[in-house]
Amino acid sequence: VNEAPYFPEGLAIPVPEIDGLSAPFWNGLIREKLLLQRCKSCSEWQWGPEWICHHCHSFDIGWEECEPRGDIYTAARVWHPVNAILSKATPYWLVVVSLPSAGNVRLAGNLLGDPMQDAPIGAPVTGQFEHHPGSDPPFSLLQWRLAGGGTGRSS
Amino acid sequence: MSGNSNGLRGRVAIVGVGETTYYKHGKSPDPEFMLALKAILNACADAGIDPREIDGFCSFSDDRNDPSRLAAALGVHDLRLANMQWGGGGGGGAAATGNAAAAIAAGAANVVVVYRALAQGEFGRFGVGAGYGQAIGDKTVSGEAAFRLPYGLIAPVHRHVLKVRRFMHEHSVKQEALRAIALTSYRHAQSNPRAIMRGRPLDEKTYDESRWIVEPFHLYDCCQENDGAAALVLVSADRARHAAKKAAYILGVAQGSQYRCGSASFNTPDFGSANFKTVTPRLYEMARVGPADIGVVQAYEHFTGGVVMSLSEHGFFAPEEANDFLKVENLVAPSGRLPLNTSGGNLAECYMHGLGLQIEAVRQIRGESVNQVVKSDLGLVIAGPLVTPVSSLIVGSEATL
Repeated sequence: VNEAPYFPEGLAIPVPEIDGLSAPFWNGLIREKLLLQRCKSCSEWQWGPEWICHHCHSFDIGWEECEPRGDIYTAARVWHPVNAILSKATPYWLVVVSLPSAGNVRLAGNLLGDPMQDAPIGAPVTGQFEHHPGSDPPFSLLQWRLAGGGTGRSS
Repeated sequence: MSGNSNGLRGRVAIVGVGETTYYKHGKSPDPEFMLALKAILNACADAGIDPREIDGFCSFSDDRNDPSRLAAALGVHDLRLANMQWGGGGGGGAAATGNAAAAIAAGAANVVVVYRALAQGEFGRFGVGAGYGQAIGDKTVSGEAAFRLPYGLIAPVHRHVLKVRRFMHEHSVKQEALRAIALTSYRHAQSNPRAIMRGRPLDEKTYDESRWIVEPFHLYDCCQENDGAAALVLVSADRARHAAKKAAYILGVAQGSQYRCGSASFNTPDFGSANFKTVTPRLYEMARVGPADIGVVQAYEHFTGGVVMSLSEHGFFAPEEANDFLKVENLVAPSGRLPLNTSGGNLAECYMHGLGLQIEAVRQIRGESVNQVVKSDLGLVIAGPLVTPVSSLIVGSEATL
């Protein structure tokens, strides 16, 4: 599926920190890979990224590819735009998705499809990569769609 | 005193409170630093203390008004404490007072001011200010914010609503519980000359028909943004016994948050929480009181949903009882079951980042509130919920010591 980004261009562009902590994640999305942290010593999943494993204190943290599938953990539909770009895009859905295949760590995103659909907590969702190749610098996001369908965002 | 958890109980008191005129967002005729000065001078006048005697300043949420500049401007003789509570925004309000009290109890300072000033026409906030991807030179974002901002998950309301909705889902909390908190604040504001929303009463129909900000928050579930400043003056209990006005003694104060609360990208393990669960046991232990002893509560409402969670985590009801407990008749002065936000609070008096709530708690103890409650000798102030670290404060009259 190659559709327009969920929001008009102009929101902040995500980039890795100067120290590069989250670079594997952001670079992975451009290649349509979801890479999250997993400790090489104790196998614990960890997100957001950190330099140390919170479970065993190893600094030997790896990045493992995960299936972009999960369940809606929490969600909210936004009606009030907090800036001029979003004023062209309300209402929109915020979702936090938990990933059972990655220790139930959570990622935030938008729920693609008609904003007037419901986003029930617990509903299964599948990931969809949203590319911004013309942005400076280019970046990609991971977005979510209700498993088994959902219509295109009505404009 | 030994290092037990009652260490601060009764050792320090709030003896002066002051605020500026409260203004709507961007409407202050004064610059922010002048607002801070005016609030501090008002608090000192209330306490009957020469401002040059201040030797400590405590604030929170990265207040911009530097203690050294304040001390120079006021002619402070001997600056001994310049303290900032890390992180948590309005969640740090009670912690700032606790930090001041700890310094006084330890002998590190004698007269400490807790203050907060906001002039939002001068400095942008939330969505369009620096750090929100919309200011010049702010085109990219990294770190924790990079996991949110590109998704339109920008302002505090966006982050906090996700926790509130999870909590409401887990415990079947209804919209009416949120509405009762908004109606209560507006009710109390009608008799408060300082309140921005005085003269603008709110009823159920107006609430129900108001626009959504973010579901389940209507317009009236969200606090104002305001200009103004507020300040408290703290001294030792020994000195407080000779204070100009009735002192409000600090019985308990605690700050913190639960296991891995600061995990980025919404990975706090106990997510559907206001983050007080580990804080309130320490608070009540220090104060040697329980929720049943509390006569009046000032609970930080940036969003009503956070108040539901705060009150529950302070032991006033189980989450499943929220719908029954949170009714306007239970929350209003003078004799509701648990009078709440008796000045009108952040929603309807003024959003001074919650410091106005501490001032109201002192006024209740003095008997000076515009909505005086019957059982006023023991008050709880809950600072901003849903953040990390959070903090809470219990104050009492001399009779409660």
